[in-house]
Amino acid sequence: MTAHDFTALLPLMILAAAPVVIMLAIAFRRSHGFTFSLALIAVILAILTLLWKPAPSSHKLTQLLVIDGYALFFMGLILVAGLFTLLLSYGYLNIHKESREEFYILILTALLGSAILVSSVHFASFFLGLEILSVSLYALAAYMRMNELCIEAGIKYLILAAFSSAFLVFGMALIYAEMGTMEFSMLAVRMTPGVDIRPILLAGTAFIIVGIGFKLAVVPFHLWVADVYEGAPAPVTAFIATVSKGAVFAILLRYFVQVDMPRGNPLVVFLVCVAVASMFAGNLLALFQDNIKRLLAYSSIAHMGYLLVAFLASGELRVTAVVFYLLAYFIMTLGAFGVVTILSGQERDADRLDDYRGLFFRRPWLAGSFTVMLLSLAGIPLTAGFIGKFYVLAAGVSSVLWMPVICLVVASVIGLFYYLRVIVVLYTPVPETAAAAGPSMPAGVLALSVLMVLLVWIGVYPGPVLEAIATIGVLP
Amino acid sequence: MILFWIVFIPLAGGLLAWVAVKHGPYVRRKNELIARWVSITALAVDLVLVLFLWLSGSHTVSIAGGTWIAEISRPWLPSLGISFHLAMDGISLLLVLLTLFLGMAAVISSWTEIEGQVGFFHFNLMATLTGIIGVFVAVDLFLFYFFWELMLVPMYFLIALWGHEKRIYAAVKFFIFTQLSGLLMLASILGIYFIHGRKTGIYTFDYFKLIGTPLESGTALFLLLGFLAAFLVKLPAVPFHTWLPDAHTEAPTAGSVILAGLLLKTGGYGLLRFAVPLFPGATADIAPLAMTLGIIGILYGAVLAFAQSDLKRLVAYTSVSHMGFVLLGVFVWNEKALQGVMIQMLCHAISTGALFILAGAIQERIHTREIMRMGGLWAVAPRMGGVWLFFAVASLGLPGMGNFIGEFLILLGTYEVRPAMAAFAALGLVLSTVYAVWMVQKAFFGVNREGWRIPDLEAKEMTVMAIMIAVILWLGLYPQPCLDKAREGLSSLQRITSGAPKVSSIEIFGRQQ
Repeated sequence: MTAHDFTALLPLMILAAAPVVIMLAIAFRRSHGFTFSLALIAVILAILTLLWKPAPSSHKLTQLLVIDGYALFFMGLILVAGLFTLLLSYGYLNIHKESREEFYILILTALLGSAILVSSVHFASFFLGLEILSVSLYALAAYMRMNELCIEAGIKYLILAAFSSAFLVFGMALIYAEMGTMEFSMLAVRMTPGVDIRPILLAGTAFIIVGIGFKLAVVPFHLWVADVYEGAPAPVTAFIATVSKGAVFAILLRYFVQVDMPRGNPLVVFLVCVAVASMFAGNLLALFQDNIKRLLAYSSIAHMGYLLVAFLASGELRVTAVVFYLLAYFIMTLGAFGVVTILSGQERDADRLDDYRGLFFRRPWLAGSFTVMLLSLAGIPLTAGFIGKFYVLAAGVSSVLWMPVICLVVASVIGLFYYLRVIVVLYTPVPETAAAAGPSMPAGVLALSVLMVLLVWIGVYPGPVLEAIATIGVLP
Repeated sequence: MILFWIVFIPLAGGLLAWVAVKHGPYVRRKNELIARWVSITALAVDLVLVLFLWLSGSHTVSIAGGTWIAEISRPWLPSLGISFHLAMDGISLLLVLLTLFLGMAAVISSWTEIEGQVGFFHFNLMATLTGIIGVFVAVDLFLFYFFWELMLVPMYFLIALWGHEKRIYAAVKFFIFTQLSGLLMLASILGIYFIHGRKTGIYTFDYFKLIGTPLESGTALFLLLGFLAAFLVKLPAVPFHTWLPDAHTEAPTAGSVILAGLLLKTGGYGLLRFAVPLFPGATADIAPLAMTLGIIGILYGAVLAFAQSDLKRLVAYTSVSHMGFVLLGVFVWNEKALQGVMIQMLCHAISTGALFILAGAIQERIHTREIMRMGGLWAVAPRMGGVWLFFAVASLGLPGMGNFIGEFLILLGTYEVRPAMAAFAALGLVLSTVYAVWMVQKAFFGVNREGWRIPDLEAKEMTVMAIMIAVILWLGLYPQPCLDKAREGLSSLQRITSGAPKVSSIEIFGRQQ
């Protein structure tokens, strides 16, 4: 291993070493603050090592991993999201009686898994990363052991994620049987376009899409998502919604950009249907939810549908649109669940719509941030969500995908309806009751404020971010 | 740079007003007063800037062959060809002036009406005005869409938080109508962007560069429909008008004034500035249909207005009728009709704005909008009655008032190309007399059955009304300065369309009859 390899792998090494260090630290002394600081330092160190690179040149490490601009960008995105999750979790865990320290170990292993996932170019590392991520998430989803909903969420997530992993492995096996390789780039070489697609290959790819579909929770693989979002602790929900889905989408893009699918391919047609169905089903199901976490769960289905529209486009706008939308989605989802986290009490999370009635008059700053997050989710100007949706539409129009584009327009108008409903509730005055002031979570509020500033800044002046995205390059 | 200030001073004023109420140094009442004065001052400063642009006529910039009063252009998202490009010609100038004037009237009219969340209210009001001004001066299609959407959210809050009984329903309906149609326009904007880019290799959202993009007639029609969706909903044209009565009725007074006075004008402005010049051929193709829609709007709006028993709803339907004239005039597209459209937009904004302010004042005093429960108000509030009568007859188009000039010019322009349509449209004048006289009769004369005892208009309200009356009379008796100001802009729009393959509308429709 050369020094250069070592530098490239440093973020992964830090993420792998940190859980061990924290475990040892817990063995010596249980201290929430200390463990939190360790985890925070580990993540910040990992982020700094990402920046400490000569140039985003592609660097292949064995057949399994490649550390290139694309991987670095997504690692950065995931680690920053992890950082925000940590900040949100600290206050949240403080008010709960559960043993707190192990939470951070699981977050770090989940981050390790997703970092491997986004840098993998081989089925083995793909699967390895995904499993490290998923196993950590099973435990995280069920972390509040005394809460029935939480246990339910954990079990549901366990069963469905294991199920989808089985699909994924089977699909990989089929492709390997046919092509004799598990490297993405080799697959791309051997799959010459224009030649008829062999049935086994098609079946293999279909199984992989099913597996990924479960992870992304797109229709018709979305049934777990509302229950898991509702039951899991709010910071974990934020983590599942962003890091897990984002990493899987990153690998999906990486894989399919290399292994190109011609138009009219049954799988492409299937993906178009999935995108349209996700946009409509997600938004329609969210319409009548009185539970904020479920509402955001269904809205996330719709957002995955929007992303798929960009993903189905061709040309250079495709990668920009997907990456930018994912970035915006990370910020606004973390922000929205951040508000839920900060308002949550010891007994239960603040997930009922009634918990938010008149929030503006009690905690104007929180209500303001929530409004901005919701407006961004709805794609209203001055927010990153608007620029994201603009790019998705642009990508769709440039590839003449008129049907999905018009569906997107109609679906996002349906989406507006429930975002507005929540916003109205925030500003509805309530009779002066003994409004419990709620616990204050300074770290969480800080994280939320940073997210809001980012959201508006990127929404108004996205130039630098777009330039950064333009340089990443999806092909290793 | 002056345009940048003109757009963003109101927003800054709104923020300041919000902060003043939240963190002001005095007791709440006094802070709220400060917020109101801050808003007024910001608008007044802006008004002075615009008037300065008008009067110091020497500043002219030449863009793409046309003469413009001011321009600012900065790269914003260069990778996509998006720039922060604002430009103002006579049309924009008149409409921005109108925006600021009505904005001040809206602030004053809500002086006593709004009591909760005064700071946030003024922030939303000023943010809406910023969006509207932005729409009137943006000449980059992305930026235009940006402002177009920007004005919606604060408007939504104005209706949803400070409106009347059915405010949530009205606000959501308003938002969904405008958002859906706006997104369709965005799809069209992207369509023309990519077509222009593929044909010329220059990917840009710049209005001046996109004009004259060669389009196949089918594509042009398809793209035009996206734009029309947005503009016809805003205008509104029948059958896309159903959001309007709800939104206007449920909004607080200031909201109704801005909706009727300004938001509707963005639809008319969009047709003038974007829809027709970008797609001259396709516009000519659908002009007969659009003109028919305009005439249906004129008649249908007037008939429905007569059938209303809610005062604000009645005024709202008169807007549908009057904006039908604008739609008609835009699609006639000759000099007379376009001049008429400008005057009609200005006068409708002021007269309807005034009627909404008065309706709001009545509601604030007697807590109902039911015309049937009013009656005999003239005796108890003669000043209010007199002013109401003035604006009612202005709205029906009495000669001497600006509205007459507008409608007359549009009808004259229409007569030149389509005499039959002009005849039908002229029926609108008769119908408007019916509803205008009827509403004065029911509300202010007759027996005061409920025994209303209400305070008459105060000095502050009378001042606003006096200025509005003066403007209407000025536009009615001596509209020349306004016509002159708009002429250059209108004729350069006509030049754009006459260069296109299907020449200007007059030749096309003219001799078919």
